[in-house]
Amino acid sequence: MKSRTVKQQHVIPGFGLTLGFTLTYAGLLILLPLAGFFHLTAQNTWQGFISKAILNPRVIAAYRLSFTSAAVAAAINTIFGGLLAWVFVRYRFPGRRLGDALVDLPFALPTAVSGIALTTLYAPKGWLGQWLVPLGVRVAYAPLGIILALTLIGLPFVVRTVQPALLDLEGELEEAAASLGASRGQTFFRVILPAITPALISGFTLAFARAVGEFGSVYFIAGNMPMRTEIAPLLILIKLEQYDYPGAAAIGTIMLLVSFLLLLTINFLQTWSSKRRTN
Amino acid sequence: MKIKFCFPLSFVGIAIALTLFASPLTGRAATTILNVSYDPTREFYREFNAAFAKHWKAIGNGDVVIRQSHGGSGSQARAVIDGLQADVVTLALAADIDAIATHAQLLPTNWQSRLPNNSAPYVSTLAIIVRKGNPKNITSWSDLARPGVEVITPNPKTSGVARWNYLALWGFALQQELGPDCAAKLHDPAAAAEVAIAQQKARDFVARVFKNVPILDRGARAATNTFVQRHIGDVLINWENEALLSKNDLDAAGIEIIIPTVNILAEPVVALVDRHVDRKNIRPVAQAYLEFLYSDVGQHLAAKHYFRPTNSAIAAKYAARFPAVNMFTVTDYFESWEKVNQIHFNDGGEFDKMYTP
Repeated sequence: MKSRTVKQQHVIPGFGLTLGFTLTYAGLLILLPLAGFFHLTAQNTWQGFISKAILNPRVIAAYRLSFTSAAVAAAINTIFGGLLAWVFVRYRFPGRRLGDALVDLPFALPTAVSGIALTTLYAPKGWLGQWLVPLGVRVAYAPLGIILALTLIGLPFVVRTVQPALLDLEGELEEAAASLGASRGQTFFRVILPAITPALISGFTLAFARAVGEFGSVYFIAGNMPMRTEIAPLLILIKLEQYDYPGAAAIGTIMLLVSFLLLLTINFLQTWSSKRRTN
Repeated sequence: MKIKFCFPLSFVGIAIALTLFASPLTGRAATTILNVSYDPTREFYREFNAAFAKHWKAIGNGDVVIRQSHGGSGSQARAVIDGLQADVVTLALAADIDAIATHAQLLPTNWQSRLPNNSAPYVSTLAIIVRKGNPKNITSWSDLARPGVEVITPNPKTSGVARWNYLALWGFALQQELGPDCAAKLHDPAAAAEVAIAQQKARDFVARVFKNVPILDRGARAATNTFVQRHIGDVLINWENEALLSKNDLDAAGIEIIIPTVNILAEPVVALVDRHVDRKNIRPVAQAYLEFLYSDVGQHLAAKHYFRPTNSAIAAKYAARFPAVNMFTVTDYFESWEKVNQIHFNDGGEFDKMYTP
């Protein structure tokens, strides 16, 4: 009886078939490679795992660099990507569609290309670098360059998640707030911002996750100096070049765990903020 | 209706597909050899492969097609370990082929003794490349440790040539300390105290040079780009063959080449990948291919592409092309690649210590 009522709830039939397909697909595409990866990690001894992937100053420096620059880049994107989305949704001006389309470019651009382009601009003899370096601002071959590259590749994630939320937000809401006597600041912070916060958080999460794993563009602009500008994915590559597959997998596992914990926390934050809004 | 219309068409499609797929099987089957090599050999093997195919046919055999794969030496070795079906490997350093032998057991570990001259048909050495007019007045390795000289070299952890660069610096410092009979002293227990001091001096010297390195690129080509295109650094260390090959381009880019007179003998090595050639049944042709590298034709072609020939008669003919250099080998100063990796390049080795406080 019970199962029958459940079945009747679905408008389109085929729950079993689609779920089966989903599981197979996810299994082949995600779980199988992950399993292989954990299998490699398991080839480490506990001692080896800890000394290679945790208690090693060079690896710790790389984790710190990877996660902080990804977080800073995602934060910059959340602010300026949100602003960009606002401009594209709320205003009509010549070139708007072109600008809107350009935002997607970092999605399509091979990351190596963006890395090389940024390096060409900011290298000490580059177009911008030749003016910045004498002022003491080093972008290429410095942590700042890493943040710049990660900001570039993360931008579309924020813009594209915030845009639909802003489109859903009706102009009447702001008018109502204004007619009830709210100042511009109050309207922004108490009406608009709460409504788009969940979208901003998703955008941040996506940009952050993308930035943590990024290798192609960072590799060109970072300079790759141990302890200073060496990101964790590069260390994985270095381990592979030394045929140390378990060591590479160990660093990968730590990155995966930290990312997973961070993303989980952000997800909780998101549900919490949208719940607060509906209450 | 639609199905009836499509049915005969699909047969035509299948027939076309079958003929396309079957033609290599039924036609004159050319033997293919896959040569997995490193970056700077691209131009050399293009010409050598054509010469070998002609030679193989001329001595009464069928057609042979040689396919090439190029990349960083270490990455290429890893690709073979991971399953790239290489029939012969022609890499930048013996350690990379050793890795294939130990990690994937595709060839015996004594592979290096199977061909003449430690399986190195051609050799090379290192070049110091400076800006035109040599503004920092660099004449030998010792100048690279001077404060204020920016040195560009790739990361020894990821690049074959960078390991040679590192060892050349280290070996140079050893020779400065221990004199011309350096190799003998290194193996003489009576000189142990003297050797220990020399090793410490060499360690300091190499560390000082790496203090002058602003960027660690992943491979030789990337380092060349940093130096030539981005105008970073006063000195680039690279293969002699690569530097001489692009001499004209370098000249145009305002760059000069210096070959240090004390230098390391870089031995790019070649080997047959036994498991793959036996499975494909092409051992004779693959073996002949590698032996042809030692023939007069192969040696001339190597010299033409700026590798130093190991055949002394042919090397003499090209003496003008290659400056005379006093060369030491890895075995002279460092025993073996296994030892080198253990002491210098593995995690926590000498190279890592230069960067960790």
